[in-house]
Amino acid sequence: MTEPVAGTSPETRGRFGPYGGRYVPETLMTALEELERVYDAAKLDPAFWTEFEALQRDYVGRPTPLTETARLSAAVGGGVRVVLKREDLNHTGAHKINNTLGQVLLARRMNKRRIIAETGAGQHGVATATVCACFGLECVVYMGEEDMRRQRLNVYRMELMGARVVPVASGTRTLKDATNEALRDWVTNVTTTHYIIGSVVGPDPFPRLVRDFQSVIGREARTQMLERYGRLPRTVVACVGGGSNAMGIFTAFLGDAGVELVGVEAAGEGLETGRHAASLSCGRPGVFHGSYSYLLQDAGGQVQPAHSVSAGLDYPGVGPEHAYLKDQNRVLYEAVTDRQALDAFAALSRLEGILPALESAHAVAWVLAHAGRWDAGDVVLINLSGRGDKDVAMVAELSGAEL
Amino acid sequence: MSDPIAERWRAVRAERRAALIAFFTAGYPTPAGFLEAVRRAAAAGADVIEIGVPFSDPLADGPTIQRSTQAALEQGITPARVLALVREAALPVPVVLMTYLNPVLAYHGGAARFGADAAAAGAAGILLTDAPAGADPGVEAAIATSPLTLIRLVAPTTSDVRLADAVRGAGGFIYLISRLGVTGVRADAPPDLETQVRRVRAVTLLPIAVGFGIGTPEQARAAARCADGVVVGSALVDTLGTGGPAAVEALVRELAGAVRAGGRVA
Repeated sequence: MTEPVAGTSPETRGRFGPYGGRYVPETLMTALEELERVYDAAKLDPAFWTEFEALQRDYVGRPTPLTETARLSAAVGGGVRVVLKREDLNHTGAHKINNTLGQVLLARRMNKRRIIAETGAGQHGVATATVCACFGLECVVYMGEEDMRRQRLNVYRMELMGARVVPVASGTRTLKDATNEALRDWVTNVTTTHYIIGSVVGPDPFPRLVRDFQSVIGREARTQMLERYGRLPRTVVACVGGGSNAMGIFTAFLGDAGVELVGVEAAGEGLETGRHAASLSCGRPGVFHGSYSYLLQDAGGQVQPAHSVSAGLDYPGVGPEHAYLKDQNRVLYEAVTDRQALDAFAALSRLEGILPALESAHAVAWVLAHAGRWDAGDVVLINLSGRGDKDVAMVAELSGAEL
Repeated sequence: MSDPIAERWRAVRAERRAALIAFFTAGYPTPAGFLEAVRRAAAAGADVIEIGVPFSDPLADGPTIQRSTQAALEQGITPARVLALVREAALPVPVVLMTYLNPVLAYHGGAARFGADAAAAGAAGILLTDAPAGADPGVEAAIATSPLTLIRLVAPTTSDVRLADAVRGAGGFIYLISRLGVTGVRADAPPDLETQVRRVRAVTLLPIAVGFGIGTPEQARAAARCADGVVVGSALVDTLGTGGPAAVEALVRELAGAVRAGGRVA
């Protein structure tokens, strides 16, 4: 049974405390109402979840395993046991497909046969292209030119699966601008098109439905922890860009008061340089891409460009539920630099034979930087949200290696 | 207190024609060029001047307004500077500000203070592109208590239930988005425009202005046949960029002629 449990969510009327909402052009409001209606009905329909679970099992390969690391744990020291939730082992190599599968089933219920998406690192684009190929739907993915350069491999993967990748040359040419362009497409084609937003961001109902589709991560991990260790982890750590993998693993643990939850943002070149993507650590609330949440903005309310070595975290906003959890002090939000993430990427590769996505490497880096925080025998659970194959060329370029 | 927008519309209706609403991005191409353009546009027959307050991520706008917004921001145009420009322009016609919510929220003192300062600078109304009816009762209340009139947008996709909500609490005029999509000039005429206008007219006594994709005098004339007002934005911004304020004046004159020739009997 993987249905989200009714009544455990903080949202009322599409808000998490003051955060969230539906700040979109009027043209989109009816589509959001329809999506909400269709999702609310699907949520109560066991047949919907039966199909979702079957696809998760037979197409994605769920459940994903927990991997206890020996050498990484030793590197952290103090007898801590570092355990990875292996979302990198999903089909397409990241957690993103949990959400795209759920949303494509909703699109089918709405009779929408054209799908659009934005992508940063390309993982969400690939996951969207994948489900569109699987369900025979037209797929258009918006991607910043800068990200297309950083993630050429993923662009080609999307094209191989029949998607059209549209380069976005406006603004910072990254995820923020790809999202603007996807929203412009949606305003134009809203009657025929479903927009599969890739994270727990955007106007209601996206933050809650993306969370619900991703929450399988935490439910599995919690059960696996109890089965294997007979107890819950001391700390759960996940990287936060928009925040979908983090909500995915945190949600099942929100009610477990003894479990510390840590979201790790991208500090880029350092929080003090201003070149980072740490919306929760350094931003202040504002309205962006359809919802009210923490945002990197200047004094006049202009959105400031984010920076991270990891394209998937390179986003000035963050999901509204994270904003709420920050204010509630239920989740601790911290940030690690590009350098720390690259070191963690190298460490996990060498110590465990696992190449993490640069996004996920931020979570690993935070754990490596906090040796001494735990008692011997404590389990620290890291959501390894994606694999790092897509980042190999980028890492090689940064380290001066010729491929 | 008299409402300058309502007053203007009474005058327009008395002439049995549609109104011309001319949009410009504040500070584009330069603050001086902008001031000259809006003054000439008002003198050449624009009934209302709509001024875009630049926002870094204008997701309801097409390439023309995106570019002008970017250019304005690069020159350091902030909401406070926009208000200073409105004051300096001292236009003889009503000014309506069009923007996204975040710069208004970020304004020192928030939406209520922005409303008060904008009105003091000479603005009469405000359109918030990403704050549809009901999305933020706090902001709506703040604008309602300010002297600014809150102008509501409705779209072809707006349901009848939403339409009723949108016109409740609206003032000035209803801005009917004539087609799905972002701002920008299109070659074709908006489909079903008459039907759309009729649908809105059934639920409100406010004047109905149509915009999005209207750029030529021919398109303006066609729209003026069924609507009470016609909004032209990207075409004017493009013209300002390429031909300067003199070219803007010429286009406004043509458009003003077109909305008068629309032949609508109020």
